[in-house]
Amino acid sequence: MNEACLRESTRAAAAVVDRLGIGRREFLQFCAATAATLGLPAGAEAAIAKAIATKRRPSVIWLHFQECTGCSESLLRAEHPSLDKLILDVISLDYHETLFAAAGHQAEAARRAAMKDNKGKYVLVVEGAIPVRDKGIYCKIGGQTAIDLLKECAADAAAVVAIGSCASWGGMPSTKPNPTGSSGVAEVLGKPVVTIPGCPPNPYNFLASAVHLLTFGKLPEVDALGRPKFAYGRLVHENCERRAHFDAGRFAMAFGDAGHRQGYCLYKLGCKGPETYANCPTIGFGDVGESSWPVAVGHPCIGCTEKGVGFTKAIHEVAVLKNVVPPLSYPRIVEDQGKTSFASAAALAAIAGAAAGGAAMLARNLGRSEAGRQESERPKDK
Amino acid sequence: MAEHAANAPAPLGGRLLTPVTLVLAVLAAVAGVILLYRFFYGLGAVTNLSDGYPWGIWIAYDVVIGSALACGGYAMALLVYIFNRGEYHPLVRPALLASLFGYTLAGASVIFDLGRWWNVWHIFWPGYAQVNSVMFEVAVCITAYIVVMWIEFAPTFFEKFGMRDARRKLSRVLFVFVALGVLLPSMHQSSLGSLLVIFGRQIHPLWQSGWLLPLMYLMTAVLLGFAVVIFESTLASTAFRRSMEADLLARLTRLMVWLLAAYLVVRVADLVVRGALDNAFAFTIEAVMFWLEMAAFVLPLVLLGTQAARRDPSKRFIGAVALMAGGMLLRINGFLVGYQTGDGWHYFPALPELLVTVGLIAFEVLAYIVFVRTLPVLPREAAPAK
Amino acid sequence: MDRRKFFRSSLAAGAAALAAGAAAHARENKSVPPQALGLLYDSTLCVGCKACVAACKQANDMPPEFSTQERYWDTPLDLSGKTLNVIKVYRNGTGRRKDEPENGYAFIKKSCMHCVDPSCVSACPVSAMHKDPLTGVVRYDKNACIGCRYCVAACPFGVPRFTYDSALPQISKCQLCSHRWKDGGYAACAEVCPTGATLYGTLVDLKKEAARRRAAKPGTPMVYPRGRLGGPDQDYPGVAARYVDHLYGETEFGGTQMVLLAGVPFEKLGYPDLPPRSDAASSEGLQHALYGGLVMPIAFLGVLSFVARRTVKVDDEQENRHG
Repeated sequence: MNEACLRESTRAAAAVVDRLGIGRREFLQFCAATAATLGLPAGAEAAIAKAIATKRRPSVIWLHFQECTGCSESLLRAEHPSLDKLILDVISLDYHETLFAAAGHQAEAARRAAMKDNKGKYVLVVEGAIPVRDKGIYCKIGGQTAIDLLKECAADAAAVVAIGSCASWGGMPSTKPNPTGSSGVAEVLGKPVVTIPGCPPNPYNFLASAVHLLTFGKLPEVDALGRPKFAYGRLVHENCERRAHFDAGRFAMAFGDAGHRQGYCLYKLGCKGPETYANCPTIGFGDVGESSWPVAVGHPCIGCTEKGVGFTKAIHEVAVLKNVVPPLSYPRIVEDQGKTSFASAAALAAIAGAAAGGAAMLARNLGRSEAGRQESERPKDK
Repeated sequence: MAEHAANAPAPLGGRLLTPVTLVLAVLAAVAGVILLYRFFYGLGAVTNLSDGYPWGIWIAYDVVIGSALACGGYAMALLVYIFNRGEYHPLVRPALLASLFGYTLAGASVIFDLGRWWNVWHIFWPGYAQVNSVMFEVAVCITAYIVVMWIEFAPTFFEKFGMRDARRKLSRVLFVFVALGVLLPSMHQSSLGSLLVIFGRQIHPLWQSGWLLPLMYLMTAVLLGFAVVIFESTLASTAFRRSMEADLLARLTRLMVWLLAAYLVVRVADLVVRGALDNAFAFTIEAVMFWLEMAAFVLPLVLLGTQAARRDPSKRFIGAVALMAGGMLLRINGFLVGYQTGDGWHYFPALPELLVTVGLIAFEVLAYIVFVRTLPVLPREAAPAK
Repeated sequence: MDRRKFFRSSLAAGAAALAAGAAAHARENKSVPPQALGLLYDSTLCVGCKACVAACKQANDMPPEFSTQERYWDTPLDLSGKTLNVIKVYRNGTGRRKDEPENGYAFIKKSCMHCVDPSCVSACPVSAMHKDPLTGVVRYDKNACIGCRYCVAACPFGVPRFTYDSALPQISKCQLCSHRWKDGGYAACAEVCPTGATLYGTLVDLKKEAARRRAAKPGTPMVYPRGRLGGPDQDYPGVAARYVDHLYGETEFGGTQMVLLAGVPFEKLGYPDLPPRSDAASSEGLQHALYGGLVMPIAFLGVLSFVARRTVKVDDEQENRHG
């Protein structure tokens, strides 16, 4: 089945290759990488390739509120075959303030047109937090508050994706004292949405979610906070390349000290890896392999994907260890210790047996000889 | 007086190289090789000792039981010289010889067990010696007693080598050594029990008798002394084909039974008062070992209750053996079975460890045979032995 | 000696034993040294990172120990001749809730308790175990040690350990890093502890700190000192924990200079239920009652010599006559 699928997708892929101006090999590599990111079984890359090549690209409306556009920037800088191009062709980006050539009324008109054309089918991506204090006056686009804009766009959307920590739960703008009342998308809409937190989020986590939607017609499975499980299922601490140092109690105590230079665990410098769910250590950033992420280059994780950790706790503050269970290798209160020897147990049993037997034999003989002696001595005694 | 003349000690004579002595020598040699290995590669190389059982069979058997079994000399000296039962005199020398070996080997085997044996002199050195330690008291008393015993036994050598002058000089002060020979074992045999006091709750309630431990260990040491005298006389009479001091042994047995009864009263009363007896009815290895121990102590009481039974050498022998087993079990139980420093620890002696103990016993028996054949130890037979 | 005399002396021996029993209780527990130093271990703060285990090895120059097939890193199962400090884990049921006895887990540190009245010091026949009269740190002098392991057997916490695999063995035990004091260091385990779970200080201050923690309402914000009390790092933020109402080491065994707090009962964490009276007091009380000033042994020897003088002389004359 995989082969047939692959042959079919190879034909389709040729069309994509033509359309995007990238090599066929590069395209298939991208599909394989996406499948891997999603944690899909072998063969899924074929389905992905076919979906990208043949399915109608979903219309995407991308809103920006209280943010730095870092999420978009990081997506643009993804280096799997010119991802900027690919993402624009995998999806049909009908409204994106940063990437739009249009401006002003034209832009707003395009958004409304797209919403009308793809009513109930488009995907709404939100980047940035929504200020709710004072009726949301702190962020307005085209005269509309962020609250109104979000609600209007979300009403007819097939799916809502909050990208970045700001959109996910408020992120950096919501840091205390949070003067504008920055809030996450789910909070404002009053319903759960898919969130891709991170500051910025890893582009592949977003891209893979989008491809999942395209391939399987639904967004990937998410956790209680709306985060796709394939990307946010495990603690940074669990996959961290410095984990061995943690388990062995080897810590960097200060930036630049001997431990820090030797790549020791950054826990005591405030690394939030032990309480932050993200796949940073496994996929890394910047497409130069998995050794390029904050912890790998010597900075403690700040917990940007975790509400209540990133932008809430101080960077130097020591993390709470969200151990699911303590490591199995740790010594238990009672360990089986000491040595016994079967050989000597057997030997001892043999010795004891021989001794008892010998004593019994001797006692019997004594009884006999004593009886004999008493017989012979009796006349003498009397 | 004529009786005494007949019982004056004399060498047995006879061949030293027999199949028995050969086997004993081989066993002793094996132990020697294992000990050599231990001194080069550490205790862990030949024993199953661990931090949960820092004391194994070498301490529990070789030292604690070994010295208790060697209490024959002490028990007989107590009887003959202190309670003035001169009639037991013929039993003193052989018992003293056995004690001499038992104690000397117990003392020597401590060296095998000491990790830093080259520092052993620290025990006797002011500045190092720590007088609050029970171990200090035990070590000093045992060492002193070994020296005292060699002095007590010296007349035998003097006789052998015809040093009548030296013998006479020693005789004049011998009473002091006899007194010491009673005092010192009283001190350290009781203190071997006191060793367990500091283990506190690490000793199972069935054996943690606190301040009664010294009394119990002393009583059982004297009991073991009597039992060993009976055991050895019986064995010697069989092995060397000699007649037995039947009357003496029967009377000694009577004494032993009374003391045993007294011990059992103390032992059971202590368990009842401390409320520890419940533990004996749990299904644990400790309870099983406790009942084995009690059975071994009660058996002689039952077996040797009547005068007729005490005159029966086979019953007397079985009673003595049972009592020895009881005394051993009390000590094995107190020091090993009833000792638990924490859950999860196991100990059973390793084969080399066991072989050292076996070799030590073999050496002791071998030396005893050699001594009685060459030195005036056993009472001279009235009639030539068949 | 007649029967009456025999019974009289037996009675005397019994009376002496009873007197010894009574006098054995005379020796009180020792009292806390004036400048007692110690550790406070708070199981609820411990994250099980084992930094203290690694730091202890480094500070005391101890070799790694392997309990796994792969010899990647130091994995001691318990205190040993190579390990002076170890973090153990308690697990129950699903083992998911920290510091809960049911379906939970908890970490626990094992190292020398530096008892106020230590068994090891009382047991040692050659003064190789020594309690500092000022700081109360229990130190070990291997040059004095004879390797009898009475201390190993006597310690109720299983602390002194022995190197059985060496021809030149020695006892290993925590000495509160007293060798690091001259360089301004202190207990390495406390120095590296990231959460302040192991805290170093004077016993008086540590007990105050423990009382402060126990007084706080569980769940309320709390500030914890790290490293040593009165050091530079005194404000590690956290949340007040729920403890079992027990400061282990306050009364146990006459008190210890390492005290512990935990959310799980201590018996489950491998800390034995011990009486307030130290075994050293019982043992030394008994010894002093029997041998104090050597009064009883000398008196006994006098009586024995008096009796033996008569009996031995008679014996000697007989021997001479027939010898």
